[in-house]
Amino acid sequence: MSKLTIPVRKFDAVIVGAGGSGLRAAIQLSEAGLKTAVLSKVFPTRSHTVAAQGGVSASLGNSEEDHWHWHMYDTVKGSDWLGDQDAIEYMCRMAPEVVVELEHFGMPFDRTDEGKIYQRPFGGHMSNFGEKPVRRACAAADRTGHAMLHALYQRNVRANTQFFVEWMALDLIRDDSGQVLGVIALEMETGDVVAFHAKATVFATGGAGRIFYSSTNAFINTGDGLGMAARAGIALEDMEFWQFHPTGVAGAGVLITEGVRGEGGILRNSANERFMERYAPNAKDLASRDVVSRAMVTEINEGRGCGPNKDFVLLDITHLDPATIMKRLPGIREISIQFAGIDPIKAPIPVVPTCHYQMGGVPTNYKGQVVSQDATPIPGFYAAGEVACASVHGANRLGTNSLLDLLVFGKSSGDSVIDDLRSGAIGLKELPADYAERTLSRLNRLNTQTGGASVNETRLELQRTMQKHCGVFRFKDMLVEGVAKILDVEKAVLRTEIKDKSQVWNTARVEALELDNLIEVAKATMISAEARKESRGAHVRDDAPDTAANPNGRDDVNWHKHTLWHRESNRLDYKPVIMKPLSVESIALKTRSY
Amino acid sequence: MGDREKLNRLRWRCTRRAMLEMDLLLGEFLDRIFPTLNPEQADAFVNLADMEDLELWPLVNGSRECSDPVQAEVVALLRDVRVK
Ligand SMILES: Cc1cc2nc3c(=O)[nH]c(=O)nc-3n(C[C@H](O)[C@H](O)[C@H](O)COP(=O)(O)OP(=O)(O)OC[C@H]3O[C@@H](n4cnc5c(N)ncnc54)[C@H](O)[C@@H]3O)c2cc1C
Repeated sequence: MSKLTIPVRKFDAVIVGAGGSGLRAAIQLSEAGLKTAVLSKVFPTRSHTVAAQGGVSASLGNSEEDHWHWHMYDTVKGSDWLGDQDAIEYMCRMAPEVVVELEHFGMPFDRTDEGKIYQRPFGGHMSNFGEKPVRRACAAADRTGHAMLHALYQRNVRANTQFFVEWMALDLIRDDSGQVLGVIALEMETGDVVAFHAKATVFATGGAGRIFYSSTNAFINTGDGLGMAARAGIALEDMEFWQFHPTGVAGAGVLITEGVRGEGGILRNSANERFMERYAPNAKDLASRDVVSRAMVTEINEGRGCGPNKDFVLLDITHLDPATIMKRLPGIREISIQFAGIDPIKAPIPVVPTCHYQMGGVPTNYKGQVVSQDATPIPGFYAAGEVACASVHGANRLGTNSLLDLLVFGKSSGDSVIDDLRSGAIGLKELPADYAERTLSRLNRLNTQTGGASVNETRLELQRTMQKHCGVFRFKDMLVEGVAKILDVEKAVLRTEIKDKSQVWNTARVEALELDNLIEVAKATMISAEARKESRGAHVRDDAPDTAANPNGRDDVNWHKHTLWHRESNRLDYKPVIMKPLSVESIALKTRSY
Repeated sequence: MGDREKLNRLRWRCTRRAMLEMDLLLGEFLDRIFPTLNPEQADAFVNLADMEDLELWPLVNGSRECSDPVQAEVVALLRDVRVK
C-alpha cells in the first residue's frame, strides 16, 4: 500500500476554501510574494459567503459615537461568556481597519450623504456597554457577502493567486511530529488525486449546517474542513453550539426573515392558537430568537404541531393587506409559493426552527494558528472563518460578526504564515512514506463496496437524527438516545456504496466523500451536547432550566469551559475560557439578559 | 466529455451554489424539467446555471425580466418549479 504514489504539487501555502476567509488569507500571502494555491469545490464567487445580506460590523462611529470596547462587550455578552476575550478584543479592535481596507479593495459599501460608510442598527449592537442600540453594521445594499467576495476575488487575481476550481480536498497530510504538510485533493473533472505539498496549510472551508435536516445553509456546507481535521487527530472545539433561526420553511429550510413577524406575522399551532401569547405575553411573536424557537419546539413536542406528522407550526400573514405584503415584504410571497407550495396571502406558511450558523470548529488562537489543547500552535496549520473556533462567537454569535471574523482572522492567519516562515518555525519538510495511504484506502473502499448503504438515505438518516435529538431545544433522554443513533448512522457511513465507479465528474463519489465529513461533525455535535449539562447561549437543555442559582440554566461553576471532542474513541476534554483580554480589563461573568 | 459527464457537471453546478434557494430550485428543475427541454432550451438552461445566484434570483422571483425569448421560456418554467 505505501508504495502507491500520487502526483505532488509544491506550494508555499495551500488554502482550502475560497469564501470570504480563504480569499482574505490568500491576499495576504500572494501579496507577500508567496506561491499560493486556493482550492475550492466551486468557483470562488459561488461560495456561501454570497448568502450573507445583513452586513459586517465595525465601530467606525460614522453615524454616531461608537467604540471597539463597546463592540467587544456586546460580543462577550452575546457569546454568553464562552468567547475567548483575547480573540474578541483583537477582532473588535481590528474591525475598523479591515473594513476600511475592504473599501480600498473596491467594496461598494452604502454611503452617508458625506460619503462615509453608512451604518445601520442590528440586534445586539449597543453603545456604552449595553446601554442603547448603536448603528454599527456596514452593508452593500442586501448583497454584502456577494460584493465582499467580488472585491476580494479581484484583488487575488491581481496578486496572482493560483485557483484550483472544482477541486475537493480530501485529507490533511501530517507527519509523525504532528506538523501539517498540505492536503490531498481530488480534481472533479479528471478524477485525479493529487498531493498539495506546502509549508503552510490554511483551512477556510466554511460551516457544516447540512448536518441538520432543516438548515438555511446551502448544500455545499458539509463541514469538510472539520472532517479532515478530525481524521488527522485534531480535536474539534465547542461543537454543541449551533445558532438556529426560528422561521425556516418546513422541509426546505429557506429562511423567512424576522421582518415578517415585524410586519405583524403571527405564529399559530394546530388549534389555530396564537401560542406566543402564553410564552411571552408582552413581546409575543417578536420575542427573541431563542424564546420563539423554544416555544415552537414545545408546541410541536406536546402534539400541537401542524401537518400530517404534526412537525411544524404556521406563520400566518393572511390577515395583512396583500398590498402591504407585496410592498413591505418583497420576495416572501415568491419564496412561500416556490418552497412551501403556499400563497401566504391565502394560507399560513409552515415553519420550523432551522439551523443557521456553527459557533464551534477547529481550535485556533487569535492569530489564526490552529492550536492543540495546551494552546501551542500545530506547526504548518492555520484556519479562519466559520470552520474555525477562535473563539469569538462562544456559545452564540452576534449577527454581522461572522463576516467580520472572515476578514480579521483571514488576514491574521495569512500574517501568521508569513511570520512563521520568516522565523523558521515552518518550512517544507519531506512527505512521510505513507502519506496518501489513508485517503487511497478510503477511495478504494468506496470503489469496491458491494451490498452497502445508499449515500442519500444515510445522509437523510443523519440529518433527521440530528434534528430530532439535538435541535434547538434539547432533552436529556433524547440526547442519550441520539448518541447511540448517530453511532449507528456512522456504521452505515463506513459502508456506503456508489453505483457509478467512473473517474470523470463522478458526483456520486464526491457526495459520498462529503458524507464522510458530515458524520464527523454530527458525532462531535451530539456527543459534546449530551455531555454539557447546562444551558448556555444556543445550547438549551430542558433539564437545565432558569433558577436563582443558575440564571438561564447556565452553570458557571461546572461548565464555564470549552469542549474538545476527539474523534479517537469519542473522548471529550475541556479547556479554560480565556478571560484575559489583550489590553483592557476582563469582562466579568454576568447573567445574560437583553 | 460524454453526455453522462456533462450532465454530472451540470448537476454539481446546479446543486452546489451560493444560495440554498438556488440549490433547491435548480436541482429540482434538473431532475424533472430538464429532460423535457428542446436543445435550444437546454442550452439556455446551461447558460442560466452559469450565472451567479444574485443575477439569477431576480429573474426567477420576477423582479427582473430576461430579454432573450428562449431564456424567458426557461425562466418561466423555473418560476413554476415547486420544491416540496
Ligand atoms: C442565509 C445566511 C445569511 C447570513 N447572513 C450573514 C450576515 O448578514 N452577516 C454575517 O456576518 N454573517 C452572515 N451569515 C454567516 C456567514 O455568511 C458565514 O459564516 C460566512 O460567509 C462563512 O464564510 P467562510 O469564508 O468561512 O466560508 P464559505 O463562504 O462558506 O466558503 C467555504 C469555501 O470552502 C470551500 N470548500 C469547502 N470544502 C472544501 C473542500 N473539501 N475542498 C475544497 N474546497 C472546499 C468552498 O468551495 C468555499 O469556497 C449568513 C449565513 C447564512 C447561511
